[in-house]
Amino acid sequence: MSSISYAARPAAVRWHPLVIRYSPVVVVVVAIVMIWYAAAVLMNLRIVRDQFERDETPYTVAQLIEGTLSAERPLLPAPHQIVETFADDVFGWPVTSPRSLVHHSWVTLSATFLGFLLGATFGIVLAVLIVHARTLQKSLLPWIICSQMVPILAVAPIVIVVLGSIGLRGLLPKAIISAYLCFFPVTIGVVKGLTSPDPMQRDLMRTWSATPAQIFWKLRWPASLPFLFTSLKVSITISLIGAIVAELPTGAQAGIGARLLAGSYYGQTIQIWAALVAASLLAVGLIGLVSFFERWVAQSMGARA
Amino acid sequence: MTLRWRQIAFLAAALGVLASLVVPISSEAADGLFARPLLLIGTLLTAALYAGAAFASPWASIAATFAGVVLGCAVTLGLLHDPAIAGYAGSGFWLFVVANWGAAWLGVAGLAAIKPNDKTAARIVDLAIPIMFGAFVFYLWEVAVRGFGVPSVLLPPPSSIAVRFFSSLWMLWQDFFQTFILGVLSGYIIGCGAGFLVAVVAHRYTFLGRGLLPIGNFVSALPIVGIAPIMVMWFGFDWPSKAAVVVVITFFPMLVNTLAGLNAAGHIERDLMRSYAAGHRQTLQKLYLPAAMPFIFNALKINSTLAFIGAIVAEFFGTPTLGIGFRISIEAGRMALDVVWAEIALAAIAGMAFYGIVALAERATTFWHPSYRT
Amino acid sequence: MAFASAAVSPLRADGNMRAPDPVVSVDPTAKKSPALAVQARGVSLTFQTADGEVQALSNVDLDVAEGDFVSFIGPSGCGKTTLLRIIADLEQPTAGSIQVNGVTPEQARLQRHYGYIFQAAALYPWRTIERNVALPLEIMGYDAAQRRERVEHYLKLVNLSGFERKFPWQLSGGMQQRASIARALSFEPALLLMDEPFGALDEIVRDHLNEQLLRLWDQTGKTVVFVTHSIPEAVFLSSKIVVMSPRPGRIIDVIACNFPRQRTLEIRETPEFLKIAQRVRAGLRSGHSYDE
Repeated sequence: MSSISYAARPAAVRWHPLVIRYSPVVVVVVAIVMIWYAAAVLMNLRIVRDQFERDETPYTVAQLIEGTLSAERPLLPAPHQIVETFADDVFGWPVTSPRSLVHHSWVTLSATFLGFLLGATFGIVLAVLIVHARTLQKSLLPWIICSQMVPILAVAPIVIVVLGSIGLRGLLPKAIISAYLCFFPVTIGVVKGLTSPDPMQRDLMRTWSATPAQIFWKLRWPASLPFLFTSLKVSITISLIGAIVAELPTGAQAGIGARLLAGSYYGQTIQIWAALVAASLLAVGLIGLVSFFERWVAQSMGARA
Repeated sequence: MTLRWRQIAFLAAALGVLASLVVPISSEAADGLFARPLLLIGTLLTAALYAGAAFASPWASIAATFAGVVLGCAVTLGLLHDPAIAGYAGSGFWLFVVANWGAAWLGVAGLAAIKPNDKTAARIVDLAIPIMFGAFVFYLWEVAVRGFGVPSVLLPPPSSIAVRFFSSLWMLWQDFFQTFILGVLSGYIIGCGAGFLVAVVAHRYTFLGRGLLPIGNFVSALPIVGIAPIMVMWFGFDWPSKAAVVVVITFFPMLVNTLAGLNAAGHIERDLMRSYAAGHRQTLQKLYLPAAMPFIFNALKINSTLAFIGAIVAEFFGTPTLGIGFRISIEAGRMALDVVWAEIALAAIAGMAFYGIVALAERATTFWHPSYRT
Repeated sequence: MAFASAAVSPLRADGNMRAPDPVVSVDPTAKKSPALAVQARGVSLTFQTADGEVQALSNVDLDVAEGDFVSFIGPSGCGKTTLLRIIADLEQPTAGSIQVNGVTPEQARLQRHYGYIFQAAALYPWRTIERNVALPLEIMGYDAAQRRERVEHYLKLVNLSGFERKFPWQLSGGMQQRASIARALSFEPALLLMDEPFGALDEIVRDHLNEQLLRLWDQTGKTVVFVTHSIPEAVFLSSKIVVMSPRPGRIIDVIACNFPRQRTLEIRETPEFLKIAQRVRAGLRSGHSYDE
């Protein structure tokens, strides 16, 4: 007979939940690092070999490989080189020195924060207006959406030039560009959040003759907070990108964008990568900051831990 | 806005228009409106239309308002032809402009309040409102810049931008071709295609998917434009480096969204496929992919704007003497802002058209999704 | 076929439950070994969840003969859907043995012996009705002409001719469920597994669909395993009712109904109907008292 008897099976091997959760990421990251090393060897091979031949020194394969992983101006720096340069630039100079990554990071961060503050506030105010004024919703919202299809970073040079000619330099133009870039996700997210309470809840408010202001503060605003925080996370990373890019067209002297430019002009590859690592760490830190606030607010509103 | 307030507002607008007849329209000595018969007639008609709109039925009121606004704008623009007025506009002129503004606002508000039952009429109204709003913003820009005499080196009026646009079509076309066709499009196709393929593989092998997804989310948040100088180093100054930047920028959002979409098919639908003993490829083709379309198009739309930004920013780091980003940074340095604005207009049109095409394709393939039916 | 006599009360004189009738698959007076669509012995299923083990089914013995219309009825969470899914190879038991049409559930699934109908219609919103009904046919490799012919035939059978080009959201809930029945019938499986298919519909539509389903069963002679928690529906439709206890699911009672195959909704008021319904209700209630 072809019936299968399912004898009581022993319980399957139970992995610790943390292992199940993190092992794929760890494996992929390790794989990426290995591929990176291999790529570094392959890509730097030619310049290192040329260098050896120019110096007319004999070389072994081992020396060749070692050379590719420690070249001064490599095409693709090895991970340990990047880590080294990064550590140097961060810890090797006093924090206020123009050669310190911390200094540059702070310059960019300040523009990011200011731009984020301006942009997020504007975005929230705009969202509140849009939800309450049908005219604005139908006339302005399509243009706001269109505004994001325009590569606004193309306008960055103009903004800086125009503002520079009326005497505003340095932090403020960068912050304005960042603000322009980052208000949009906040507006869209908050509009979605303010309109998220279902019709049943809104009807209930009407049975209590609540004023629009009461409906806003007691129903719409609390309901919109999850959407707000999600869009704040997106917005703050965009603000960072805006601050970095705003430093490019005017050849700014300080900031991560400036660092990228300098590295690009002088062929300092590893410096560029170190600056990128700094930018990535900033992005992660900023998202973490917003997440921290999100959790704090959520818990004070009674969300489950 | 209650009817009473609307009427008062319309009458105030009419008064504002009439005020330009008595209050000086220029701080310099210039002929008032009584010396310009054609414009005088226009002014009086505009005031009449605004006043009439106060008391007409809703549709007639809107028609009268917009006719009046068009006329009023024409009159003010006509006035600006006089060099004694342009740059020296007086309070009478500005009262007229503000009256136009108020009337335009009332017109748009009136349109927004209408809810036509016919679906095509509703769609026409939905299109008309932002278009009229935008057109009026352009008018305000023109009138403000020319009326206040803002130096065109700082902020040129839309008319001169349009003139510069149409007189440099060849240069604009070359820049467009270099940046958009060569840089953006090729990078977009490669990046989105690669993201899609990797997502399909990651969906098949869940271990890979669970490893790639957090990394994809992480990288999407990073300032990817920063790799532009590295790409220039690897691929040279010309468009391949820009395309490479676009590839990296578009890869991760596409990967993350496609993977989310492939996982979006419901349990019941998956059990149904299992009950048919369908193989993985069949299930992929008939269930997972169609269900993932809304997510895929979401990523395609996001990527269309990101790709453009990436290509232009990459050009700031080095490019042959062609390209939108290049042109903007060079001309901005030379303070030839009208060229810059013409390029921005080009970028705006191209960006909106690109997004619009993707949105249309989305509507054609995901018409079945609930978000289109509400 | 087991004939648990409807005249014997499930309650003993002292008020306790009589032991359930032994489930014997062969009535000694009937023909020799009728084919069994489903044969389950000692089937148990224990889920591993984050909070510990959950035993969904405990030691289920069941026989379903070919051509039967069997209903599983029981309170929510009693494992009737789980049992159905085990038959469909959508879940695997942790103990016991089960055969579907003489082979393992997996082989039955790979050989497409059954059609499954879910609680929701589960039609794909991007396909028209005719393409939805053709979906299993596409997967199983029928050519275009065969697909068209079958789709037309089965849509007519469920009274949905004329709706081929419509999309699922343009149809009412009852019509969508009918389309999903047509889809399950289109590749002509011997066995139909239905999981509370009419649960989300209103009373009148439900009555209509019950009648239509019965007619279909009569015309096609298929075996139907039907999960429900409505007593009237179970008694009306079935030739055999399996009453299950709350978790862990056990079979409390197996009741045979031998109403004529061409029955109408009026039999719901007859005394025989009510007696069987009472027996089902008593079985369900006694099941609940296990926990008290």
